[in-house]
Amino acid sequence: MKRNAWANILLLIPFVATLFPALYNSLEPRLFGMPFFYWYQLVWTIGSGLVLALYIAIVRGGERDAR
Amino acid sequence: MHASSVVLIVLVLAITVLGFAAANWRRTGTLDHMHEWALGGRNFGTLISWFLIGGDLYTAYTFIAVPALAYGAGPIAFFALPYTIVAYPFGILILTRFWSVARNRGYITAADFVRDRFGDRSLEIVIAITGVISILPYIALQLVGMEVVFRQLGGVFAVGNGEVALAISFILLAAYTYTSGLRAPALIALVKDTLIYITIICAIVAVTHMFGGWSGIFDAAGKALAAKPKPATLLLAQPQYFVYGTLAFGSALALFIYPHSITSILSAKSRVVVQRNMALLPIYSLLLGFLALLGYAALAAGIQVKNPQFAVPALFAQIFPDWFAGVGYAAIVIGALVPAAIMAIGGANLFASNIFQQFSSTRHPGQTGIAKMLTLAICLVALLFVIFIDPQFAIYFQFLGGAWILQTFPAFVLGLYTNWFNPKALLLGWIAGIASGTYMAVQTHYAAAFPLHLFGDGALVGYGPFYALIINLIVVVIATPLFNAARSTRGVDATSAADYA
Repeated sequence: MKRNAWANILLLIPFVATLFPALYNSLEPRLFGMPFFYWYQLVWTIGSGLVLALYIAIVRGGERDAR
Repeated sequence: MHASSVVLIVLVLAITVLGFAAANWRRTGTLDHMHEWALGGRNFGTLISWFLIGGDLYTAYTFIAVPALAYGAGPIAFFALPYTIVAYPFGILILTRFWSVARNRGYITAADFVRDRFGDRSLEIVIAITGVISILPYIALQLVGMEVVFRQLGGVFAVGNGEVALAISFILLAAYTYTSGLRAPALIALVKDTLIYITIICAIVAVTHMFGGWSGIFDAAGKALAAKPKPATLLLAQPQYFVYGTLAFGSALALFIYPHSITSILSAKSRVVVQRNMALLPIYSLLLGFLALLGYAALAAGIQVKNPQFAVPALFAQIFPDWFAGVGYAAIVIGALVPAAIMAIGGANLFASNIFQQFSSTRHPGQTGIAKMLTLAICLVALLFVIFIDPQFAIYFQFLGGAWILQTFPAFVLGLYTNWFNPKALLLGWIAGIASGTYMAVQTHYAAAFPLHLFGDGALVGYGPFYALIINLIVVVIATPLFNAARSTRGVDATSAADYA
């Protein structure tokens, strides 16, 4: 249970990272000429996919241990 | 006839054949069983589910409206990214639980679950009606997306303002959905999404090449946004922050409680397939982000359209050879047909199982006749809606649908975790949420397509339906102990803790 509780905290990361535009509403630094506001959010699509993959690994590991 | 028209006709006919052939694809039993017809045998693996759910959630209308918003109003359109980023960490929590309880107890709709959890027939009907009413304008919007493409193409497609082509494609859709059930959109989604990915990757390569990289596109788009009658910049204005966040968050909460999301999720063969898809579906969000940037590319390319919805189709016509523009148009048209089919099935399931109780799939899984006829009826209503009523009304109505479906959140989503709520309190909360959500929508003139003008400049302006949900929750929490104290008879929870694991 403790393990899953930690995993659930992991799920908060994408919320904190993307729901507060004050954190990333900026032109600089640019990447390939793209303002920060845009590439930051694009990167988080894949970033949140990775967070979820990690979550699944932890939760499924926990389910195996429980057996 | 233009090469693009020929390509479009060939591809649409090809997927029609595929739609009918799907009836026998991966068949595990007789198609006269609800779990076979409506949920594809509940047997789809990770890859097919990925195409199916992706093709279902990222609709043609999304693919027209998001770049249209970027073209018309700038950075606010990119709320689509946080929206489709946070939907998945939320989805992985609720959907794995819902998938398990639905599999263990044979549910095909959210209302099936609410009925068993709270033992209340009127709550079941209310949840089902909310689902059906929210899904209708959503289907109508898919038709609006197709109409944009048909008008862009002109020629035979533009006969009767595109409505003849629209009626023909929708009759074909209704026919193969009737025959093959969920297998039709599942198989067609493989083609649809392949076309979408190819089109957008090619478009991005073409426009970045045309402008010598992203900085050229952003510079030109920034100038075009500044010159708009309602000027915008490449960044959000500070008063937009709260709207941006709450719009994304509220939309994400609503995404997986729509009936069509439920239908495609329940067709997955295991809990792990659902989990893996939550990690893999954000790839579609990346695609959607690049698509939104095509709205900027259209600005940079100097495309002038009265209706911003035509920005991307017009961009395709400008940057692609004619035949390949046809591939792009086909991607949008087929992209409308896939979710429309799943939405029609999801709506029909609610009608058949939860509104007309006697046809409930959990009670009579061997009966598909009613659900199949209802699918045809729902398609017809959506078609008539678009032909006889102003499409702008469909957009308003869809915004209201989003506000309404969110009001089923306490009973359905929180219900997955607790049966503490009194069902009568949930009904009261639903009434408060629907009333306040509708009132706020009317007050702000439903300007969902352009939230920029929608929310005014007051302090803490936010996404109205989200506020309505908070009102709903407050009513539920206050009314539950009151109804309990009044010894209002409560139904019995038919589910057990083991059903959710």
